[in-house]
Amino acid sequence: MTVEQGLLNVTSEEGTLVLAAAGSWTLTTAAALTRTLDAAPPPLPDDNGQPGRIRLDLGQLDALDTVGALLLRQFRDRSRDQNHPVLIINVRPEHIALIDAVWRAAEAEPVPPEPGRPLYEAVEAVGQASLKTARAAVELISFFGQVCTALLRVVMNPRRLRLTALVYHMDHTGLRCLPILGLLSFLIGVVLAYQGAEQLRRLGAEIYVVNLLGLSILREIGILITAIIVAGRSGSAFTAQIGTMKVNQEIDALRTLGLDPMELLVVPRVLALMLVMPLLTFYANMVALFGGAVMSYILLDISFHQFITQMRIPIDFWDATVAMIKAPVFALVIGMIGCYEGLLVSGSAESVGRRTTKSVVESIFLVIVLNAFFSVLFSTIHI
Amino acid sequence: MTIDVTITDTPLSIPRSEAVSTPALPAWPDSVIQVRGLVTQFAGHVVHDGVDIDVRRGEVLGVVGASGSGKSVLLRAIVGLIRPSAGRIVVLGHDIGTLTGSRRIALQARTGVLFQDGALFSSLTVAENIRVPLVEHTDLPSSLIDEVARVKIAMVGLPPSAAAKYPSQLSGGMRKRAGLARALALDPEILLLDEPTAGLDPIGAAAFDQLIGSLQHGLGLTVFMVTHDLDSLAAICDRIAVLNDRKLLVGTLESLQQETNPWIRDYFSGRRGRAALQAGS
Repeated sequence: MTVEQGLLNVTSEEGTLVLAAAGSWTLTTAAALTRTLDAAPPPLPDDNGQPGRIRLDLGQLDALDTVGALLLRQFRDRSRDQNHPVLIINVRPEHIALIDAVWRAAEAEPVPPEPGRPLYEAVEAVGQASLKTARAAVELISFFGQVCTALLRVVMNPRRLRLTALVYHMDHTGLRCLPILGLLSFLIGVVLAYQGAEQLRRLGAEIYVVNLLGLSILREIGILITAIIVAGRSGSAFTAQIGTMKVNQEIDALRTLGLDPMELLVVPRVLALMLVMPLLTFYANMVALFGGAVMSYILLDISFHQFITQMRIPIDFWDATVAMIKAPVFALVIGMIGCYEGLLVSGSAESVGRRTTKSVVESIFLVIVLNAFFSVLFSTIHI
Repeated sequence: MTIDVTITDTPLSIPRSEAVSTPALPAWPDSVIQVRGLVTQFAGHVVHDGVDIDVRRGEVLGVVGASGSGKSVLLRAIVGLIRPSAGRIVVLGHDIGTLTGSRRIALQARTGVLFQDGALFSSLTVAENIRVPLVEHTDLPSSLIDEVARVKIAMVGLPPSAAAKYPSQLSGGMRKRAGLARALALDPEILLLDEPTAGLDPIGAAAFDQLIGSLQHGLGLTVFMVTHDLDSLAAICDRIAVLNDRKLLVGTLESLQQETNPWIRDYFSGRRGRAALQAGS
């Protein structure tokens, strides 16, 4: 009686099931072989009522690999557990070493999974996460202190400033940011003017679109757009650059050469960002206002001259400058978190990706929170 | 040959006479890798200029050469990662230059590669790394894949607890073993190793040599090994290929010591070469 695909020929003797393996017992036939071995009938009990035996002949087996040897062992163990002893005969010499190696490896006990305690684990996870967050906050504050002292050292002793690196980073974070920042700011200006015009026209107060644009862009929108784009563009780049250096042990190499990574990597980046951010903000403000002016001209027929004249009514000195106060602070936060997350990278390439994501999310979060603080602060001191 | 495999209460009956008569040398002299007239170059710099080699089934071939002589490039050409400028590479009867699509994938499943530092996927655990080729290329049930992964981990001498660890949590030697387990996942016929003992301490390197030797014997593998390690050459390699001056010269440790080429003479007859040869014999 042949079972399937010539992998196993089954005959039955008195009290003994005789199985003859054939074909190849390998990875490619493993699925069929599993089914075949599962389908093998149990041996009948012998005359004395003892459980039947199984005799497995491997003499005609053409090919065997680790999967085949493993299935052989599983079949042996399963049959033995059902009180059917298995006798394996005629093992071909070229298969002996393989069976020996696989069976010895299969004896290794698997590590039992930890017994699950869902409630305990949930509580523990909450506790661990809280501790981790608290620790991360403390570390971030201490890193802030280190950045400040490093910046101070550079200010006290300007010869320690890496001018080449500073200019390089100003170029990359500032100059090369202009096209994308300009385009997005222009579009935001257009959208704000469009939405404002729709609403204010109903009241016959079209001209106040200018007030709306001027105040919202100069005080809030311009700096927020700039900060978000810089965080996504430069903050992530800082993390990825420093993180890759960390994986490559370049940071360790710097330390052993007596060079301070803080001074060499962090200060130029943070300082460059703090210098270019006000400029970028000013640029974004102007382009956004220009976008708004274009839209006002098209929709409401407000000329550029009228636009500028109207603008000077609600806007005072502080409205035009609060964004410039916020810009260096946001730049410090973005640059610091970018470098901090980069220095926290450990081990693998995956860690670089995770830290980069984290750096962007954290810096945008902090920028928006700080912006809210600034709003409250400025309204309290009436500027 | 003693085998301590016992079946229930009855010892495994092995036809002893046949076992003893198994020839020590591989019984199949056919070659599984044939390289003919291989020329590779990068940006005008010629790395190989007419390299010929036959890797015989069941042997361990060690490839040595100075740094930058193109040993790893040869390995990468054989597994099809780089395209040679000229020449033919035939692996298991298939010309890899003309092979495309599913037939190429099928051939790749028959060769396993261990890269220098294991090249484990860093976002997966060791067990998951070994599962990857099994899940992609076979239709085995998940429980059997788990079992195969567990056996492979044990076969390369890793403790069972290593299965759930991530590559960054392992030492260099353990990463290499895990990489070897993944290379062996699909039971390849040919195993290609790129400097398997580089970066290991002498004891770890000797253990790794022994592991490769026993796996090669147990699984009937053909091993193509790029190495710098003279001890590995002496301990497990049947033949040695020397890549020197863009050409390849094949011989045994003894025959290569008689070579007159200055680089080869220095390599094998230097103090370290002589010590390794003495230890090997």
